[in-house]
Amino acid sequence: MPATSIDIPLQAYLVLAAILFCTGVWGLINSRNAVRVLMSIELMLNAVNINLMAFSSYIDGQQIRGQVFAIFVITVAAAEAAVGLAILLSLYRNRETVDMERFNLLRW
Amino acid sequence: MTIASVTQLVCFIALSLTLVLGALGVVLLPNIVYSAFLLAGVFLSVAGLYLLLNASFVAAAQVLVYVGAVNVLILFAIMLVNKKEAMAEIPGLLLRRVLSGGVCLGLFLLILRVDLTTPWAVPGPTPLGDDSTVLIGIHLFSDYLLPFELASVLLLMAMIGAIVLARRDVFSSDVITGEAADQGLIEKERTPLLLESTAGETTLLEKV
Repeated sequence: MPATSIDIPLQAYLVLAAILFCTGVWGLINSRNAVRVLMSIELMLNAVNINLMAFSSYIDGQQIRGQVFAIFVITVAAAEAAVGLAILLSLYRNRETVDMERFNLLRW
Repeated sequence: MTIASVTQLVCFIALSLTLVLGALGVVLLPNIVYSAFLLAGVFLSVAGLYLLLNASFVAAAQVLVYVGAVNVLILFAIMLVNKKEAMAEIPGLLLRRVLSGGVCLGLFLLILRVDLTTPWAVPGPTPLGDDSTVLIGIHLFSDYLLPFELASVLLLMAMIGAIVLARRDVFSSDVITGEAADQGLIEKERTPLLLESTAGETTLLEKV
């Protein structure tokens, strides 16, 4: 029995990741709540991870460098979430809102 | 088709449906607590996809880091900033949503075209299967040693940075208006811990 199924094509994983990434982009642009923006970023990072893992399993099956990269992406995502939520807390303490439309201090 | 491949196909379809519906729910649901729990579902189904791809170590890391740490962190952030506020109406919000939806759809079609028309070199070499965890360890301690050590430094920086940023008593006044910030928004008003402890210490010292 082959270790990876040939029945599920590689393209299925890629299309799935594309759907997830575009959903994340839409949420990133349109969310009013700052916490939801962070969630959308996590969705996009997961989509990238699915791509890395699919290529690693289908094309680079003996070296699996994609899995190592996915682990690094997970590490960076964890750091990003911690710092992002800390920034959000500090922002909320100073502006008393989580509405993205009112975080306009750096607008020209 | 053997039973194994049918099972794999059914698992893949179920996980894909959970993933797509969960992601749409995360983005579209008005209640953000529901979004956070759906995000946990999305992370779990991504971990299931990793298991389908014979990557048990990364699936375990996904469950531990994303569901166990990131999602709990997001839930805590929601609880800490959960003030009911009526978001002010913005003119042209619907137009903006439709436009950005069009842009995202165009991006999706672009990626879809690349995905489906590129002649990928599949099937590549035979996948490793269960030996992948061993090989990840070998990679991390040989040719990816420098990124591995840099990741530890990055995590330390993120930890210290998060503590410094989220400390409660850093800013006592609003940086914009200069008036005193309402610290009671984060926690209920109470007497500071430091005064209580020093008072207790002095009474203890007097007794001695």
